[in-house]
Amino acid sequence: MTAQSGSNTDVIRLDHVCKTYKVGEQEVHAVADVSLTFSQGAFCAVMGPSGSGKSTMLNLLGCLDRPTSGRYVIANEDISKLNDDRLSEIRLRHLGFVFQSFNLIPQLTVLENIALPLFYLGWSTEKSAVHAAELAERVGLSERLRHRPTELSGGQQQRVAIARALANDPKIILADEPTGNLDTATGEQIMTLLCDLNRQGKTIIMVTHEPSVALHARQRVHMLDGRVERIEDDE
Amino acid sequence: MQIFNVARNIHLGIKSLMLHKLRSFLTMLGIVFGVSSVIAMLSIGEGASKEALAQIRKLGSTNILISSIKPVEDEAEANVHSHMIMYGLLYDDELRVIETFPAVQQVAPVKEIRKEGRLYERALELRVVGTTPAWFDLVQRSLIAGRGILKRDIDAHAHIVVLTEYGARRLLATERAIGEQLRIGSEYFEVVGIVRSEAEQGGTIQTPDQEVDAYIPLNVARTSFGDIIIRRTTGSREMSRVELHQLIVQIRNEDEVEATAAGITRMLERFHKKLDYRISVPLALLRQAEATKRNFNIVLGSIAGISLLVGGIGIMNIMLASVTERTREIGVRRAIGAKRKQIVVQFLIETMVLSTLGGFVGIGIGVSIPWLVTRFSGMPTVVTPESLVLSVGISMAVGIVFGLYPAVRAANLDPIEALRHE
Repeated sequence: MTAQSGSNTDVIRLDHVCKTYKVGEQEVHAVADVSLTFSQGAFCAVMGPSGSGKSTMLNLLGCLDRPTSGRYVIANEDISKLNDDRLSEIRLRHLGFVFQSFNLIPQLTVLENIALPLFYLGWSTEKSAVHAAELAERVGLSERLRHRPTELSGGQQQRVAIARALANDPKIILADEPTGNLDTATGEQIMTLLCDLNRQGKTIIMVTHEPSVALHARQRVHMLDGRVERIEDDE
Repeated sequence: MQIFNVARNIHLGIKSLMLHKLRSFLTMLGIVFGVSSVIAMLSIGEGASKEALAQIRKLGSTNILISSIKPVEDEAEANVHSHMIMYGLLYDDELRVIETFPAVQQVAPVKEIRKEGRLYERALELRVVGTTPAWFDLVQRSLIAGRGILKRDIDAHAHIVVLTEYGARRLLATERAIGEQLRIGSEYFEVVGIVRSEAEQGGTIQTPDQEVDAYIPLNVARTSFGDIIIRRTTGSREMSRVELHQLIVQIRNEDEVEATAAGITRMLERFHKKLDYRISVPLALLRQAEATKRNFNIVLGSIAGISLLVGGIGIMNIMLASVTERTREIGVRRAIGAKRKQIVVQFLIETMVLSTLGGFVGIGIGVSIPWLVTRFSGMPTVVTPESLVLSVGISMAVGIVFGLYPAVRAANLDPIEALRHE
């Protein structure tokens, strides 16, 4: 589970990954030479002050961006060279996203929001609805299926978002400040939910700057100036 | 699966549009007016030309009409002197036409004489038409009673006459007139048949008052009444000699009509020193009328097209605004795994739903405008099914054309930027 282990259970492996932006004449290394591996079932918090490169890190891990150099292997596939369509395909099959601001689609009902990944997977409406209802129940929201996101509280919206992230049954869930827009009590509930999912075998990688939230994870990667400063491991 | 996704995208499109009902409705208006003006203009144009076309078509698209006309120079001369003028088609012209052109099926010669007809005490100014059995074939008038002129009447030089329904009634005769002896001029003719007089067929023959026509065999007309026509006006007497007033030439098939007409023109030029005839080809008139109609439609269509263009630009404008507003939605969809192509399809279908819906509303309005025009102004209008199909097609095309740019723009958003968008 640590940076250097390289067993078959690894779902994510980064080898000397760099992400460089050009700002005017100057090159900015948002992520500089990061090598990490995460094995199946890991629960990791990526921490660091703003500008430390943790967001860029999450974008890279989430296949929303490609590294400038280095290798990034997810589900035995090196994504560094993949085109946009193939990246979408990887996201669709292997990844689930949970955002700080929930990012539910306002014109869709709770059920339809949860079923969104299934739409792109080409599931039928009926099959998707059944599966989405099961997921809603799993996150404790079975009564609000026909509601619009705007009719829900923040905590409920985040539950919907988590259910949506689970719809395609991904190995990895990426969470970007999942409690950032919630009060402490609700945030705790969401973290409990994520811990449950981790116990059920999901690999969770979470970006946060709140130490109390990060304590839920079993591993903490501290970043500074685009580099991995240190790794805390509970085990 | 692809078709299935289209259905769901349509559903999704409707949902997104319903989110801003007023905005979607206002955007749709451009297409509504565009499409309704396309339909209204086409139907009014169609209605205007339809009558003209129908009239020309009645003359027969395989026919060529050659009429005698008094040449201009003779007209002037006749006013000065009172001598006899000769003009018009000759008996020989009929034979020449038949013998020269293999494409000719048959020719109906027409010779007109004005004579008084008398049956017992009743008299009526008749237009006596000397012709052949071919006339009844070419003009296709239905017999009410008796028979038409037959070949044996010509051979036997029979003094027989076929009256029109109207003329027969004026002479106080119905079907019972068959067998009566009608006096025309100074000779007696046996009434053998009555044909229906159809006012709308007036265009077929030179003069419109054909209701009082009396058809007799051409050779009888020639021997009984001769070729000289005397017209008396106050103080002067005008004499003219005309052999035939009209030749109706039927051509075997439509393809040969124009070539034959040109041939006949060249032939007549050779035998007539003066321009004392006029050739009209209904098929050419028909083509001309159709070309006029086509141009008319193009002009009207372009005007309507401008309003569609304006409508389309309105749609594009709103869709661009919508893409900006929904940047986050696009980011989320991309993060979840939607491909660029799928985002393009989503927005394109949404635009097409808007424009096609506008198209259908436009058809509703567009069909009712011609109906109202016909109802209140009596102007004929024809809504063709083609114009409806065209309108739906156009409104969908507007959706594609003006939806493509916003859709591509949506798809090309960077998912990271899009998710960060406030």
